[in-house]
Amino acid sequence: MSDSTEVRSYTVRLELVDRPGELLRALSPIAEHGGNLLSIFHERGNVTPRGHIPVEVDMEATPEQFDGIVDALRDEGINVIQAGAEQYTEELTVVLVGHLVNTDLSNTLERIQSATGANVDDLSLSAPEGDEGISSARVRLSTNAGGAESALETIRAVADDKDLRVIEPLTAGETA
Amino acid sequence: MRLAVVGAGAVGSSVAELAGEYGHTVTALADSGGAVVDPDGIDVDGALERKDAEGTVGTASVADALAGAYDVLVEATPTTLGDAEPGFGNVKTALERDRHVVLANKGPVAERYGEVRELERESAGEVYLEATVGGAMPVLSTIADFGAEHIEAARGVLNGTANFVLSRMAAEGLDYEHVLAEAQDLGVAEADPSFDVEGTDAALKCVILANVLYDREYTLSDAAVEGIRDLPGSALELAAEDGRTIRLIGEVQDGAIRVGPRLIPEHGALAVTGTRNIVELETEHAGLLDISGRGAGGPETATAVLADIGRLSE
Repeated sequence: MSDSTEVRSYTVRLELVDRPGELLRALSPIAEHGGNLLSIFHERGNVTPRGHIPVEVDMEATPEQFDGIVDALRDEGINVIQAGAEQYTEELTVVLVGHLVNTDLSNTLERIQSATGANVDDLSLSAPEGDEGISSARVRLSTNAGGAESALETIRAVADDKDLRVIEPLTAGETA
Repeated sequence: MRLAVVGAGAVGSSVAELAGEYGHTVTALADSGGAVVDPDGIDVDGALERKDAEGTVGTASVADALAGAYDVLVEATPTTLGDAEPGFGNVKTALERDRHVVLANKGPVAERYGEVRELERESAGEVYLEATVGGAMPVLSTIADFGAEHIEAARGVLNGTANFVLSRMAAEGLDYEHVLAEAQDLGVAEADPSFDVEGTDAALKCVILANVLYDREYTLSDAAVEGIRDLPGSALELAAEDGRTIRLIGEVQDGAIRVGPRLIPEHGALAVTGTRNIVELETEHAGLLDISGRGAGGPETATAVLADIGRLSE
């Protein structure tokens, strides 16, 4: 019997924006990809520093279905903090400044993700001068435990390569 | 104490003006063009009026001031890079005469710390430098009280001009050039703001912190420095979307010195606004200690000089 038909139970931890309909939006990819919902723990009282609400979802699915669910959640722009055994425990936010559009922002992000195994959770771009001018992007990454520093080193190297400025978080001492 | 004040800019003049209130006598006051010297005490107001009218405090020479009768040399000439002259030479002259030295000038202790401490060891005089880091804020004396070995890191906002520019950009959604021009109109920024906005001034203060924390000689060339010049307003807007802001932060940790724009929590302790400064000390046994206040200004920095004079042995 191949693994693909073996149904297992999984837990995903999500971080949802506090607005109506968001929970439903997060749950539909699970049903659509054949997952069977077991329980939903919605921690309304426990808001993250950014004002988001942590939600823990237990489900049953085959490994293939589960991979599809996690990908679909991320495609929906839902922040997956933890998926199955894979824990994304460290977050890193940087602001990049420079000719981001001209230097191919998606390539920049791809290079960062592939070199570090980090996941880009959130991206916000501001290009008031248009594609040719100086723009800024805020990038939030999640990395495996202890991976933030090496992700930062990769970001510095990629930025150096593309002549971008990196505004790094001040990590020590204060919780960013 | 009898004070010889060399340098009659905002800080030197304020020290001379406030000295009497703190029980001291000014026996010499010098600027780059001349000096006034009197072992019984000079007429400070008269000297400063003469400077306004004639461009210099008096007709004696700086050498006369350094050779005169005083217990403490207050070195308040402008900070220079490289050889840190004439500040370093003034410090040397006073220590070789076994006089105490209180510095407001960052140059000698940011660029030639080892030599200054060597001269101090050979002298009966002591060297204090509270005023060189964070104006009125008691940063170096706090480090001395805790013991440098019990401080694991120091970080903070150490330049009022850069902080003014960034906090105005964040609050008003304006661009760098616009806010800088406004700061220049208000007299917060110099006509040539490079020293502040390129991070040099903050870096010199971090170098001094590193020298004191690790008791070895660092200079500006040991610091990784990035300024805030031409930072777009959009960078601050994006930071604000996520509850953060950007400040020019200097850090001294694990023997490394870094200055650059950093993302910090919008409502965190380090997000001071305007020309306010803050230094956060990470202590070994007492967690974080924040010292905030006016990091520059004549009377403000003069209070740090006068506090140092109070620490000197008679």
